[in-house]
Amino acid sequence: MNDFRTRFTDAIRAQNFTLPLVSLAMALILSAVPILIAGRNPIVAYYEMMAGAVGGPVRIGVSLTKATPILFTGLSVALAFRSGLFNIGAEGQLYLGALGATLVALGFPSMPQVLLLPASIGVGFLFGAFWGVIPGYLKARYQTNEIITTIMMNYIAFWFISYLVHGPLREPNSMYSYTAEVPQSSRLPVLIPGTQLHAGFLIALVLVVATYILLSKTAIGFRMRATGANPEAAHYAGMSIRKNIVLVMALSGGLAGLAGVTEILGIQYRLSDFFSSGFGYDGVAVALLGNSNPWGVLLASLFFGLLRGGASSMQRRIGVPAATVLIIQGLAVFFVVIGVGFRSRRPTRVLPGRRTAGVDADPDRAVPDAEKEPDVAEDGR
Amino acid sequence: MELLTQLFGVSLFAAAIRLSIPIIAAAVGEVFAERAGILNIGIEGMMLMGAFGAVIGSYYSGSPWVGLLSGMLFGAILGLIHAYAAITLRINQVVSGIAINLFALGATTTMARILFHEQRTQVASFDELAIPVCKGIPVLGPVLCEHAFLVYLVVAIAFLSQYILFRTTLGLRIRAIGEYPKAADSAGIRVLFIKYACTVFGGVMAGIAGSFLSLVQLNLFVDNMSAGKGWIALTAVVFGRWSPVGAMLGGLLFGMVEAIGLRVQALGLPIPHELLLMLPYLATLLVFTGVVGRTRAPASLGKPYAKETL
Amino acid sequence: MATGTILRMTDIVKRFGHVLANDRVNIQLAPGEIHALLGENGAGKTTLMNILYGLYQPDSGAITIHEKPVKITSPADAISMGIGMVHQHFMLIDVFTAAENVVLGSWKPAELRMDPATVEAQVQAVANQFGFDFDPAAVVETMPVGVQQKVEIVKALYRGAKILILDEPTAVLTPQETEELFRCMRDLIAKGVSIIFISHKLDEVLEISDRVTVLRLGKVVGTQLTKQVRKEDLAVMMIGHLLERMPKPARTPQSPGLTVKDLTVIDRQKVEKVKGLSLRVEKGQIIGVAGIDGNGQVELANAIAGIWPAASGAVSINGVDMDARSITPRRFTDLGGAYIPQDRSHTGLILDFSSGENLVLKRYRQPPFVKHGFLQHRIIHENAAKLLAQYDVRPPDPYLQTGKLSGGNQQKVILARELHEDPSVIVVCYPTRGLDIGATEFVHQQLIQHRSQGAAILFISNELEELMEMSDKILVLHRGEIMGLVEPAATTPETLGLLMMGQKVAAHE
Repeated sequence: MNDFRTRFTDAIRAQNFTLPLVSLAMALILSAVPILIAGRNPIVAYYEMMAGAVGGPVRIGVSLTKATPILFTGLSVALAFRSGLFNIGAEGQLYLGALGATLVALGFPSMPQVLLLPASIGVGFLFGAFWGVIPGYLKARYQTNEIITTIMMNYIAFWFISYLVHGPLREPNSMYSYTAEVPQSSRLPVLIPGTQLHAGFLIALVLVVATYILLSKTAIGFRMRATGANPEAAHYAGMSIRKNIVLVMALSGGLAGLAGVTEILGIQYRLSDFFSSGFGYDGVAVALLGNSNPWGVLLASLFFGLLRGGASSMQRRIGVPAATVLIIQGLAVFFVVIGVGFRSRRPTRVLPGRRTAGVDADPDRAVPDAEKEPDVAEDGR
Repeated sequence: MELLTQLFGVSLFAAAIRLSIPIIAAAVGEVFAERAGILNIGIEGMMLMGAFGAVIGSYYSGSPWVGLLSGMLFGAILGLIHAYAAITLRINQVVSGIAINLFALGATTTMARILFHEQRTQVASFDELAIPVCKGIPVLGPVLCEHAFLVYLVVAIAFLSQYILFRTTLGLRIRAIGEYPKAADSAGIRVLFIKYACTVFGGVMAGIAGSFLSLVQLNLFVDNMSAGKGWIALTAVVFGRWSPVGAMLGGLLFGMVEAIGLRVQALGLPIPHELLLMLPYLATLLVFTGVVGRTRAPASLGKPYAKETL
Repeated sequence: MATGTILRMTDIVKRFGHVLANDRVNIQLAPGEIHALLGENGAGKTTLMNILYGLYQPDSGAITIHEKPVKITSPADAISMGIGMVHQHFMLIDVFTAAENVVLGSWKPAELRMDPATVEAQVQAVANQFGFDFDPAAVVETMPVGVQQKVEIVKALYRGAKILILDEPTAVLTPQETEELFRCMRDLIAKGVSIIFISHKLDEVLEISDRVTVLRLGKVVGTQLTKQVRKEDLAVMMIGHLLERMPKPARTPQSPGLTVKDLTVIDRQKVEKVKGLSLRVEKGQIIGVAGIDGNGQVELANAIAGIWPAASGAVSINGVDMDARSITPRRFTDLGGAYIPQDRSHTGLILDFSSGENLVLKRYRQPPFVKHGFLQHRIIHENAAKLLAQYDVRPPDPYLQTGKLSGGNQQKVILARELHEDPSVIVVCYPTRGLDIGATEFVHQQLIQHRSQGAAILFISNELEELMEMSDKILVLHRGEIMGLVEPAATTPETLGLLMMGQKVAAHE
């Protein structure tokens, strides 16, 4: 019995299900259960959801709008993952990005759009990058675990923004705690009239391509990938692991920051502390679903966007709660991760522990206990 | 100065304790899981499921006690799933946790809509006790002696956990696994079983935390009612340096800060309570990065353990 | 002394992938005996004992204790049968006290309470009973290695071990601590414990054991009574014989290409692995470095290549002098250095990358591989295709993931990368480990060729035949120090073996 169990789990682990489709199918099937309990037909429900997601330009606009912030954060997390870093701090970074953009927009209302818009976006990116560099530097210099530090930074960011919008930046004479509206000249143009779909989506698409080019085609990207795949070999080859960590966290933070920037300049038009419904964490899910590949992230965020765009429609039309899509999303991530298995052959090191691979590569390997599992790829030719 | 007395009245401390209990409960469970090497980011989801499970149990049985058990069960099931993913399948623990969070949010919101057609369905909940002798004590009485049973239960578990972890053979085994599982294995300890047990215990405690939210603080289920308390619990674990009593103190800190924040808001005082709420996180960050004192996580935290590899 | 057999392992077979770690091994242990298990690293000694201790399961074979067949499926089983093991890498929890480590896992189900004072007293009692002396309340992290080992031994004794396995116990001890250990071992025998003593150190085996079993490449070469066997015979059994020598062109003395002066390297565990070592490699010369694994070779190589810098000393690479602490991998490469690391799959290559990418791992920032920051993939892979063909890598596909190549071909990729630019200084570490004859030949040819081209080559290996074939001179390293510098023509494997075991012999030439 034990033997069977081991073989079964080994098979699950070893299987290269690069068909996230299979996982998706399983997620959809399992999510049909609550729909059935609600007394509705799952096929009808999924149909309504799809119709709500892509039925007509307005609905497509809604889906794409919902996909946009997740696309940014997904790219952010994916870029970090590829370089061997766990950036769970996208949530905080996007808040900082939003802050940066708002400050510039509100601070220079008379600047022409051609200057103000790029400036706001740029500063937002920098704010986000800054928020990412802090945990990055701590990791590079002191090997502090970035999962924990980025989570802390999320909360610090949130409360700081909250303080600002309840206090110094608050719109005077308003019941609500948010800033004044940003001037027209700082807002992102709408792409499809009658929808909320804004140019931020296009920016995100451009960044998908840019990220792809960065990772696959540039020398810097090469270094990032090398460090993520095998920090020891990267160190041996002369690459600076520390510089890499800080750079990656800056870029990653900036990308997440853009999620905040575009939500403010494209949808909300003012900064508040409730504009993000967890986009940062969705980014983690989407990065995993997309296997940390920019195109995969694009597909995965579109998928999430579609689900959420169709969800409210599904709820309205046949009464299946919109939150069902969250179940689908959770199960999809779960099954994909189980299916795809490890990213590298060795178990992923989550925390530094005793041996910090990377910053100081470990020189004493295979010595003297050379009798552990020897190099298995040993068959002569 | 009148402001200060208004702010720091007796009821503030009682409120702080009440607000801290869900965090403490979840954090104590997480201490065990992390001491055994398992990182459970999915605490938030387990808490939420626990809250939901508790309401279901209370709704269908009319008794909050059944609700509590139901909440614990829901938490345990999610804990078991995370354990299976992390220990047997050895997939990345952060990923598993985030997937659980997503799933729990979706499942509870959906099922709540489906089962309780009328939003805000109230269920039987726990009342506050008034312990006879205790409540008569001046000053401390109202602060300590008029809480629901669950409060005392959680505090008792926290102290008991401290004892178990540091003063029993079982605790030594758990800590050994968290530091160097190979050595524990070599000493004949059942590493995988104990890892499972600690993770499931973490789930149960998260379930209790959730039950507290839905059956003590309120008497109904609200969408996403855990509202980030799970993440706070993770922070409290680090703040408390991976000890149950330390985590309890961390939880109290967060509870106190939240209580003050609410009080400040209610009284309309011109103190930015958001900055106050930010402090515990800043403190934890400083503590963790070694700016203030040194903290070390259990050495094998987050690393999958496989036999037959040296 | 009682007669009979307390432990018998029969026809044990264990495979890891394609490698046969134990090939029908037979070994017996008599009561009250110290039985040495002798062999080089990779011979299969630790694997065999891990099977006995329940950490591994044999593919086939039987184990009996007191002539009764037993099945040992886990360390808990082994412990319950009275088998205890002290591993080469201690199984101690650094942050616990000695007492906590000793009692870890030893309780019956009902025992829950753990009072530090009681536990420490119990441990103290057992320690005293067997003549060991340490403070049970001290935290292991703070103890010197020799004392940590005592804790490990007491841990086994506390659980009632009657068969004690010591895996290379003297590897981490000073000579004095070693004597202390031997005294303890004799005491234990007198108190009814039988010991299996794994080692590769000839002197110690001769000093302490009653019988010795020699393993080589997974097979038992022979079992002898220690007092009936000579040092030289054991050395030959362990190491093997000479092969035909490869023709090497003659050379004349040249200026040095690589000089090392007073190099000291301290590893992560704060152990001094290289102790004030000096050496010189002339241009167009191969200096072989012989020694048993773990005597500082890897640390020496890593220090020269800048991977793990030295603590002190000076190095001169290709005529450029510098402080040994200031070497980095990039500097080493820039000065004309090439390093073939011992762990090719984990250090030398990124297995997820294509062969083309691996070939430019060190030079990806230089033209023509990069233009305006963009990688020129076509040029990279064209270049790679040429190299792969030249170095006979199969399959010569630059886009193929390197992880899919066999070990021999992976090594060729590394060679192609490191040697193609005609480096002036080459440091090579166990280059033919795990390779078949054809791949080995290829590596040797490459190195001889570069020697003819004037490279200064430092060649580290634990294969004596290889060293004797390839080197102009052989340096023997023992515990981070040089034991001797010999000419292959004027020495024998036996002499080298003795030097490797730490026995200083009159230096030749």
